[in-house]
Formats: sequence, C-alpha cells, structure tokens
Amino acid sequence: MTRDEITAGLAEILEEVAGVNPDDVAEGKSFTDDLDVDSLSMVEVVVAAEEKFGVKIPDNEVQNLKTVGDAVSYIAAQS
Amino acid sequence: MARTDVVVTGIGATTPLGGDVASTWDAMLNGRSGVSALTQEWAEQLPVRIAAPLAVDPAGLLDRVKLRRLDRSEAIAIIAAQQAWADSGLGDSGLDPERLGVSVGSGIGGALTLLAQDDILEASGPRRVSPHTIPMLMPNGPAAWVGLELGAQAGVHSVASACATGAEAIALGLDMIRAGRADVVVAGGTEAVIHALPIAGFSSMRAMSTRNDEPERASRPWDKGRDGFVLGEGAGILVLERAEHAAARGARVYARLAGAGLTSDGYDIVQPHPEGAGAVRAIARAIADADVAKSDITHVNAHATSTPVGDIAEIKALHRALGDHPVLTATKSMSGHLLGAAGALESIATILAIRDSVVPPTINLDEPDDGLDLEVAANKARHMDIPAALNNSFGFGGHNVALVFTRA
Repeated sequence: MTRDEITAGLAEILEEVAGVNPDDVAEGKSFTDDLDVDSLSMVEVVVAAEEKFGVKIPDNEVQNLKTVGDAVSYIAAQS
Repeated sequence: MARTDVVVTGIGATTPLGGDVASTWDAMLNGRSGVSALTQEWAEQLPVRIAAPLAVDPAGLLDRVKLRRLDRSEAIAIIAAQQAWADSGLGDSGLDPERLGVSVGSGIGGALTLLAQDDILEASGPRRVSPHTIPMLMPNGPAAWVGLELGAQAGVHSVASACATGAEAIALGLDMIRAGRADVVVAGGTEAVIHALPIAGFSSMRAMSTRNDEPERASRPWDKGRDGFVLGEGAGILVLERAEHAAARGARVYARLAGAGLTSDGYDIVQPHPEGAGAVRAIARAIADADVAKSDITHVNAHATSTPVGDIAEIKALHRALGDHPVLTATKSMSGHLLGAAGALESIATILAIRDSVVPPTINLDEPDDGLDLEVAANKARHMDIPAALNNSFGFGGHNVALVFTRA
C-alpha cells in the first residue's frame, strides 16, 4: 500500500469519526492542531485504522503520532 | 419579602405526536394516538409489541458527527432545548451565562448506548467499545449537553425520580430561581428506551399493556379495559424565568409556574400507596405553595398511565386534596408514557390548556372505571376557563410531584 493510499484511508476514517473534510487531510497536518481531532475521537481513529489496515497501534505509540504523516509512516512500517 | 415569581417563557418538545410543540399540541387536541406496532426483529419474541416512538427521528436534525457521540435521549433533549430556547427569545437578550441554569433529567438514562456497546463488547472485545460510551450513558448526560449547547454556568443538574423526573426537574428549576441562584433555568425531561430489555423489564412487572393487536387503543387511562402503560419516547423542555427578568425584556409569557409539591410515599418500591397518601400531600403542598384557591384549579393533567391500580389511586388523591370540581385529562392516552419526560411534556400540555382555555381529550375512555368519580374530557377536547391547573407525576420509588401553573 502506498503512502497516498494510506493517507486516503485515514481521510475516510477521519471524515466518518470526526467530520474532517477529506480535502484537508495531508501528511503535514497535525491531528489536534490542524484537524481538530479531540482525544476521544483520536481513540476512535486509531481503532478504526487498526481494523482498516490490519495493524496494531499500541497506546504508547499513539502519543508519537502527531501528524497524519506520522501515522502513515507507522502504518506503512507495520503492514 | 415578596416571593419571587417564576414564569414560563419558552417551550420545546419532540414527542410521539410531533416533532415540535405545535404539532404535538395539535395532535393532542384532535385526539390522535402516537402508539404503533413494533415491527423490529428484536420485538418479535416480546410479550409487548407496541410503543409510541418519536414522530420525527433526530437523525438529520443534528450534525452527523455530533449525533454519533450522543445517546438518543441526549440528542432529543438538545433538540427540545433548542426549540424552547429559540421560543423564549433569550438567545440575543444578553443574558449573563452565570445566571443561566439547567435542570434536565431522565428516568432511565442512556440504556440504548449501554445495550449497543455491550453488543460490541461481546462481539468484538473491549478495544472496540466506543470512547464516547460513558458520556453517552451517564444519567447527567442530557443535562450536561443542554448546558453545553446554551453555555449555562449557573449550575447543571439532573434529578432522577423515575416517571416523576420531568416534573421534579421543573420543580428544581423553580427552587433555583426562587433561591436567587439563576434568573433563567432550562428545565425538563428526556427519555428514549424503546428497546427489548427495558420493555422486557417493565413487561415482567406486568406494568405494560399487551393489547398488541390494537396499538392505538392500548393506552386507555381510567377505562375498564386498561391493562398497563404504553412505552413512549421523547423530550420536553421549559424555559423558566424570573418574572421580573421576563417583564424587563418584554418577553412573551405562557403561564406562571406558581408552585410545586414534592413528597415520598415511604410505602413500596413500585406500588403506589392504595389511597394515594403521598400524592395527597404533594398536591396539597403544591396548592399551598402556589397560594391559589382550590376553586381556581379547574383542570388537572393527571399522571394516569393506564395501569389498573395507579389510575384509581390518583383519583382518590385528587378527591381528597383538591375536591370534585376539576376536569381531568390523561394525555398519556395519546402520547404513551414518556417516563422521565412525561412530567415535562404534560407540563407543556397543562400550560397550553391554560393559554388556549381547552382541556385536551383522554382517548379510549369507552367504559369508565367504577372508581372514576371525577369529570374527564373523555374522547373529545373541552373548551373551558382555566385560571389555574395542576400537573401530577408519580414515579417508581414512591416519588410524588405536583406542579401548579396559573394564567400569566
């Protein structure tokens, strides 16, 4: 799966869970500062991403996933 | 010192009879039933397969992302509160948020969320349980969401007294304003528990009607053929305001919330006292608190849920506490029983009865019970002068709440 495909998959999840416009989702964007994803919604995003991409994202990793690009890199490395 | 007067300046509701107050009131005056057959698969095995669902589903009325973080009882509380708030005209009045309070309760709470998330827990494990579960099912959730919606900072409260909740929440709002803690309190109740487990639970108590083949005729307070209540869902919200505050801004006033009486039976966890002793005291206290003449209370919106014992116990209580002159109605015959929202919806009906000088009908009253020796607006609305009216609510646990409204 390419980085663009993972970004697109995350954009779908972010739209469903937090109402984020998919056009706003890009690797440089911060989940909290740019996309307004609050902490409870981030939990939902992580669980949905695990399911969608078939990966495990432990809680202690989640704090390192500041940007969409961080998440894409982590998912790409796991899958 | 003169007592602080409290008036009602806004009302909102979403009910089995309509998506707002106007449509609900119109349906009531026309004697329409909001009860229908439950066609969902989960209802097939239940002894009770009828209920009174919302006429207008909340989906589409609130933002999709917001809705998935709300229990149904919270969503409809917000919808009713938005209506009441808009109706009050307080939105652009410059009200200090520190003078705005909320008192909204629910009889059962976020049961639909609890059940849905338990299904997820069983099927997919704990990690799949929504992080929104707790704020969705906590009993103070509806009050908290209404408070957030309006930015209320004078205190957000959620009383719970089963089927007396809506009325008790209104009584608490009255107390808050009288005590000087707020100038405006958004008060009422909400309930949304039409699902297999709550129905099975009430049904096991033999509290519900099993007239499955005639849904619209199942809720029949005071009728000889009554066999239990019909579960309804909905929310009713009132904007209570210090009378001087309302007058200063030239607000439209529906009615005055003149008094409240609250007592507990100390008798049984679910059975009403057979002579309605606690209800008698609640009604007497409400009348004394309102400082109105009994003869002015010409109408009573009764609790009357359509259960064999409760309906007649209330009649006895009304006789003793109020006399034999008022004209009664049981709007649950049309709306079904909204549990924690019932007292709020019925307060709205009581207020509109005063405003429009009309008692909405009690439908399905074909053969009155021998114990019904008070006058009822049976099957047809009755136009009459209503200077003051009483609304009764009683709840499992032995809670009795009586509210007196008077013409503004």
